[in-house]
Amino acid sequence: MQQVNKLTPFFENLNFERDDNTMVINFGPQHPSAHGQLRLVLELDGEQVVKAYPDIGYLHRGIEKMAENMTYNEFLPTTDRLDYIASTSNNYAYALAVEKLLGIEAPRRAQVIRTMLLELNRIISHLFFVATHALDVGAMSVFLYAFREREFAMDLMEDYCGARLTHSSVRIGGVPLDLPENWLINAATFCDKVDHEVEHTYGALLNENRIWKMRLEDVGVISADNALSWGCTGPMLRGSGVNWDIRKEEPYELYSELDFDIPTSDRNDSYGRFRIYMEEMKQSTRIIRQLIPMYKNTEPQLMAHAPQYISAPKEEIMTQNYALMQHFVLVTQGMRPPKGEVYVPTESPKGELGFYIKSEGEPYAYRLKCRAPSFFHTGLLQEILVGTYIADVVTIIGTTNIVFGEVDR
Amino acid sequence: MRKYVPKDNVQGKAYYTDRYWVAPRVPRVEVEEGSHFAAVTKALGRLSKESYVEIGQLVVHIDAKKIVEVVTLLKEKCGYTQCSEQSAVDYLAQDGEFELFYQLLNITEAKRVRVVCRIKKGEAIESISSVYKSANFAEREMFDMFGIKVNNHPFLKRILMPDDWEGHPLLKTYPMIGDEFASWYEVDKIFGKEYRDVIGPENRDPARVDRYDTKRFSRVGYEVPFDADISSGEKEQAVEYSETILVDYTTSSKTLDERK
Repeated sequence: MQQVNKLTPFFENLNFERDDNTMVINFGPQHPSAHGQLRLVLELDGEQVVKAYPDIGYLHRGIEKMAENMTYNEFLPTTDRLDYIASTSNNYAYALAVEKLLGIEAPRRAQVIRTMLLELNRIISHLFFVATHALDVGAMSVFLYAFREREFAMDLMEDYCGARLTHSSVRIGGVPLDLPENWLINAATFCDKVDHEVEHTYGALLNENRIWKMRLEDVGVISADNALSWGCTGPMLRGSGVNWDIRKEEPYELYSELDFDIPTSDRNDSYGRFRIYMEEMKQSTRIIRQLIPMYKNTEPQLMAHAPQYISAPKEEIMTQNYALMQHFVLVTQGMRPPKGEVYVPTESPKGELGFYIKSEGEPYAYRLKCRAPSFFHTGLLQEILVGTYIADVVTIIGTTNIVFGEVDR
Repeated sequence: MRKYVPKDNVQGKAYYTDRYWVAPRVPRVEVEEGSHFAAVTKALGRLSKESYVEIGQLVVHIDAKKIVEVVTLLKEKCGYTQCSEQSAVDYLAQDGEFELFYQLLNITEAKRVRVVCRIKKGEAIESISSVYKSANFAEREMFDMFGIKVNNHPFLKRILMPDDWEGHPLLKTYPMIGDEFASWYEVDKIFGKEYRDVIGPENRDPARVDRYDTKRFSRVGYEVPFDADISSGEKEQAVEYSETILVDYTTSSKTLDERK
């Protein structure tokens, strides 16, 4: 046992020096392709992984604990810090869970804006995936091109809510702001640009690239049964040939009215998943294009009318006494949802992002559990890494698309 | 007299609640005849103590000892092939019990079931990681956060907190700012307990300004030498500002046109 009270590295009784041919290596927690704070302890036999142990918790901030000590509206900006690549998805998943608990529905214009932002976020997240995955595997130029488009997407987010990374662009009961001038025109331009780039830049650089295919094909193979058993969702599940997308199967927001396809792959490997991500970006632009005309046929109301839970619009607060009073109570005491429990799943870019909320009728959630897709995808690593070569480990971590904000929470 | 603060639940509380306020309850709907959920409750038979539909999902209360039997049956007979989430809710203060929930998903029917069971404090639960591998990580997290032991788990070890941590953070008795162990964890571990006084408590207020701390802060115009004692006041020093030179173009003969 090492002395734990001195400034010496502490490796939980791991014996790095073995007498046999095996070797234990420590991967991370600071490693560029670990996408955050993933520490992997790999037991190697030659170059082959015999045992993999993912060690997480380096970014644990106790977000679920914080949720028990915050009112429902106070907690919303904290959800930005879960999957920080696609903040709006987290904001939305949380807001939807609380709305289901309250039994309210956002007005139509808010729904259109939310769906647009969700899909824009999906593009931002997928571009980030393609960029970093390619960078990990060794294709530097894709990273530069993909980040260029991601900047434009983040400009759009910035035009809407003023933030580029931690958006907080959704509120419980609707959205805080209407779309600014020219936003729809810019969004349409952006969609054209993304479609073109996915086809002619990233696709042209990677899809049939000999080296890329050699590095990705038949790497990180997960069978459908295994993927389901390990709790894989999103592209990880669809990459194993299971046609499951919560947007289609359990539609929320406006997805039941929209026309889009769910790409799946029966290759079960990293390359199939990469193609799914590429195809999903095109589907997202398709959804945004359908939403643009829908926006014009909506009433300007942005927040649901539920005086018990949601503050009235600013004009009413400033002019009507009752609206001011209830706003004061909601701000100082917080809303009190009815007693009950709810689990609401949504399809975030990474997979099934769900919030379980147990309410005891207090302004503070009695228990909030965030079901993060990346958490379960990290758990999967201990199985799929076994038997692979050390050079493929980085590819497999990249293909799971884990973000440590939501793994550790 | 100071107000009595209950120690069994130290989480955030409403500072004011109307005396006559009664919290409403989310409606619990009975399982509809002939629906998919009716088939599920029928398959479970007497294993389910209580079942109802709450916000579109079936909730089944079961005996904690039968958990493996129930999830195996749900997986094999009812097609619930995925365990999306598994965790616990702390009801120790009210009932001395934990409420455990298992969120299961059927992808062919697009239906979700929540299996709920209760265990007493100190009791263990049987692991379902032989049925659903995703429970491996979820149960480890539950053990880490609540201290609930899971029998026959392949690798029951802390997952988010360090291995040598004391206490279980999501218990209602655990304060949000952490306990004494938490606040001195790094100091104790790296330097030893005897260095607590030397290093001092962690500053949890990033905006805090200590006026007498001349090592890190001094007021503009009252600068003192490093580590000086200013408890009896410090001397004012003249502040020198650099002069800003302004050219008045309205009165000066230089105009923009002429400069061109």
